[in-house]
Amino acid sequence: MKYNWDWSVLITDPYLGWIAEGFAWTIGVAAAAWVIAFSLGSVIGILRSLERPIVISVYFGNLPNWTSFSLGPVAMTNGLFSADFAVVLRGIGTVYVTIFRNVPLLVQMFLWYFVFPELLSEEAGRWVKRDLPLPEVTTAVVALGLYTASRVGEQVRAGINAITQGQHYAAMAMGLTQIQVYRYVLLPVGYRIIIPPLTSEFLGIFKNSSLALTIGVLELTARTRQIEEYTFQGFEAFTAATVLYITVTAIVMAIMRVVEAKARIPGMISLGAK
Amino acid sequence: MLKKVISAVVAVAAFSAFQPAQAQEGSSYVLKRIKERGVITMGHREASVPFAYIGDDGKPIGYTIDLCNLFVDKIRETLEMPDLTVRLVPVTSQTRIALIANGTIDMECGSTTNNLTRQKQVDYLAVTFITGTKIASRKGEGITELEDLDGMVIAIVQGTTNEKAIKRIMDEKGLDIRIVPVKDHPQGWLAFTTERVDAYPTDDVLLYGLISKSKDPEKYQVTGRFLSYDPYGIMVPRDDSTYRRLGTVLLADLMRSGEMQKIYDKWFNPGPTGINMPISDALRVAFEIQALPH
Repeated sequence: MKYNWDWSVLITDPYLGWIAEGFAWTIGVAAAAWVIAFSLGSVIGILRSLERPIVISVYFGNLPNWTSFSLGPVAMTNGLFSADFAVVLRGIGTVYVTIFRNVPLLVQMFLWYFVFPELLSEEAGRWVKRDLPLPEVTTAVVALGLYTASRVGEQVRAGINAITQGQHYAAMAMGLTQIQVYRYVLLPVGYRIIIPPLTSEFLGIFKNSSLALTIGVLELTARTRQIEEYTFQGFEAFTAATVLYITVTAIVMAIMRVVEAKARIPGMISLGAK
Repeated sequence: MLKKVISAVVAVAAFSAFQPAQAQEGSSYVLKRIKERGVITMGHREASVPFAYIGDDGKPIGYTIDLCNLFVDKIRETLEMPDLTVRLVPVTSQTRIALIANGTIDMECGSTTNNLTRQKQVDYLAVTFITGTKIASRKGEGITELEDLDGMVIAIVQGTTNEKAIKRIMDEKGLDIRIVPVKDHPQGWLAFTTERVDAYPTDDVLLYGLISKSKDPEKYQVTGRFLSYDPYGIMVPRDDSTYRRLGTVLLADLMRSGEMQKIYDKWFNPGPTGINMPISDALRVAFEIQALPH
């Protein structure tokens, strides 16, 4: 290999500043996207886990006999119209996961950045392209957040489904509403169960944030490439980026391990975190 | 005595049998590598019209590709290995230098500017094209020079000499232009034609190529002075003058015989994409100067 090594580029002005700036954007994009991913993912996961019917009934008064019918989740008997909204909500969750989990993130970034503004009215599209604050960063955060939300959602669902049906029934028998069952019984336990896969997802969002460079966010990988292009010392720059990525993910892993140990319910779940 | 003579003859014969093998590759580590692998690895760009781009049959074609193919023939001839195969490796503006430096590719065929910083890592054959940075803008928006873009937005491909040239002028003149970094020419052109940015600067020849292939060529114009001087060359591994000399000889012969002009006209005048760029005076002089005698 004919390569002139020169590690000093990493501490030369402005390249040191570029690395620091890129690193800050990587953390910023990943953290902001995680807020979207975790909150939206939780909602999606809950929707996907709905099993008990959520029936809303409307009484139309005494209607003739021929109005009685039953179509799966919708039924009408003696003027009492009842619909099970759990079916609709579950469907929304399923459609969301199908779309956002099955399209490559790189493609999603491109679609949000180049195609989405063209679908809007001319005025709104122009606003997205020109006046949106930090257009590249905002688009990247939204794309990364929505994509990761589909993955977090599946994990939340898995966590909820891992709890035995008995607990659900017991909670209902105590007179808790559906919302209360989730709030006080299913979610506190479900989240604890999925801490290990959630950790992976949180690490993944840092690494996936590097795809934001394709729509022009100057995060760590983009800055690394830029240094390569200015100095042609690409190997040194990429080594620095590798070390920074590993450092931040190692810190996240350490924190999550503590969280896992603290959140453990002895004798119940999370046997892994002893 | 006779035995001694015979052994001397055998020794000389054996030595001379090995001699050509030594002479073919000489001290060249690249030629040695090609001989060992039995393969020449050609790095090529995929969307640098008309230097190196993907043709209708899915294979790279273009002005630089033609020259590289002649270079490949020259290597085959020198190594006396007519069956050497060519492995094609697509490269981007970000990967091309690393792939030459780490020994993956033996030549890079596209539209690469020869500059002194890059020569710390790679080497170049003779200058085969001369261009410079200009700006593409929409007609009727009153944008003709970089200075007109103060307070506006432009897209630039990351990692190009254009990026450096534009940033240097912006610093010198204190221009406030927002730069949207893009990955490659298709993306930069998309950002420009969807009006995400007001102008798209890159090498003028590439702009003519992009406009000639766009849906509405009448809407766009290439304007302004040259913002940089970009001489293109075929990129080769550094510290191998034996290997580089093969290319120098080839290109000097082509330039001396007028063959170079013919290859140029095939791709540019008017060329398969209708780019319609007769040879410039600067390039004609460059061909004359680089046509070194034997």
